[in-house]
Amino acid sequence: MTYSLFSLAREALRGHTGWKPAWRDAAPKPEYDVLVVGGGGHGLATAYYLAKEHGITNVAVLEKSYIGSGNAGRNTTIIRSNYLLPGNERFYEKSMQLWEGLEQDFNYNAMVSQRGVLNLYHSDAQRDQYARRGNAMRLHGVDAELLDEAAVRDMYPFLDYANARFPIRGGLLQRRGGTARHDAVAWGFARGADTRGVDIVQNCEVTGIDVANGRVTGVQTTRGAIRAKKIGLVCAGSSSRVAAMAGLRLPIESHVLQAFVSEGIKPLIDGVITFGAGHFYVSQSDKGGLVFGGDIDGYNSYAQRGSLPVVEDVMESGMALMPAIGRLRLLRQWGGVMDMSMDGSPIIDRTPIDGLFLNAGWCYGGFKATPASGWCFAHTIARDEAHFINSAFRLDRFATGALIDERGAGATPNLH
Amino acid sequence: MRIPCPHCGERGNEEFFYLGAADLTRPAADAPADAWHEYVYQRENPFGPHKELWHHLNGCRRWLVVTRDTRTHTIIAAADAAGARA
Repeated sequence: MTYSLFSLAREALRGHTGWKPAWRDAAPKPEYDVLVVGGGGHGLATAYYLAKEHGITNVAVLEKSYIGSGNAGRNTTIIRSNYLLPGNERFYEKSMQLWEGLEQDFNYNAMVSQRGVLNLYHSDAQRDQYARRGNAMRLHGVDAELLDEAAVRDMYPFLDYANARFPIRGGLLQRRGGTARHDAVAWGFARGADTRGVDIVQNCEVTGIDVANGRVTGVQTTRGAIRAKKIGLVCAGSSSRVAAMAGLRLPIESHVLQAFVSEGIKPLIDGVITFGAGHFYVSQSDKGGLVFGGDIDGYNSYAQRGSLPVVEDVMESGMALMPAIGRLRLLRQWGGVMDMSMDGSPIIDRTPIDGLFLNAGWCYGGFKATPASGWCFAHTIARDEAHFINSAFRLDRFATGALIDERGAGATPNLH
Repeated sequence: MRIPCPHCGERGNEEFFYLGAADLTRPAADAPADAWHEYVYQRENPFGPHKELWHHLNGCRRWLVVTRDTRTHTIIAAADAAGARA
């Protein structure tokens, strides 16, 4: 079924009795050409682009729970392409371009809203650094504007400009950045993949990866063995666990990251604002709640919940940026498990095992990458080689020294 | 999360600085590059008990080896790092 104004009008007249499920809850077949392990946004996008761009439709997405139950539904929904380093910027800009055409492409309302992402700076040195990053973005053909304090004041008069420790001096604005509805992104990719013949298999946890003579032959799951010629692992948060089933050790630690939403209020923030003097970023959802997040808790964790000291730290940063937030009550708080890679950048590559591919290491920033991650991973799986766009995200870069250390924090995952 | 420091007793984790896995052995200076790659970048990242280094920065300033379950944050053991890593 194609969603359109016509289908909406027809269903309105029929009392909305004719809507069909957007995808089939498939049972696994014994064999596929390609298995995608992980039914989050990236895994579903991978299946979608395998079918759409490469004509590979004998594909199953294996999800241990229900699709979108992990980080796809736990992020703060921000999309942007404001990176400094070439290996990153071309990739995230590809993602931004895919976001811009995504809803028409997969005929689903992902509520992509290019409301602008503003990074605040608080000192001369930080302004210079942001100018450099903005220039790097513009050299890649990406929009970036350096704003002074007056221009930021014009956009958001309620921020604490005269903060004694971290006065706001201006910001770097990417107007094409914004937000998208994260669940709808997972559902849209699921629907698009399903209509092209992909099986979406839920409640199917992979418990083993079969390797023979250096080549994958299939997986063991809680719903039986499944054979496949190629297998893509897309299970950020649990990448180390799943890769270990094939005997791989990864340059990744799993850490918990928290996010928060306040009670709903009238429209206040019409874009995304990030604090430059602490880890805090905020936007307002369409329901009216302020959605914000901060730093990871800082220690290895697979528990999808955080600890109170970080809650306090995030609230303090929020108060330093916009004191008005102190009048709001916190509605919900939750945690998601991040693949923190050793240089803060992701991995989309082949592995030393033939037919086994890895998509991992998304750190804080996986949601914005969803379309390009799927697009590049599908290309890498279909062609057995990386596309130019993800050619820097190699698994062996830690051995060769070609790191992509956007933050310059070195091999300390909890500092990225 | 509260960490039972062997010197100070049970303290909130905000008093501590986290370094990471405690069971990594630093290679010799002239060790081959892949030994250094293994030490600097590759991690076990276990789903379950994890031996890790915590610095009681805002307490006794001693380094501790803490064994903690990464699924539940339950602390299984905590000892002073001097001697504990041997």
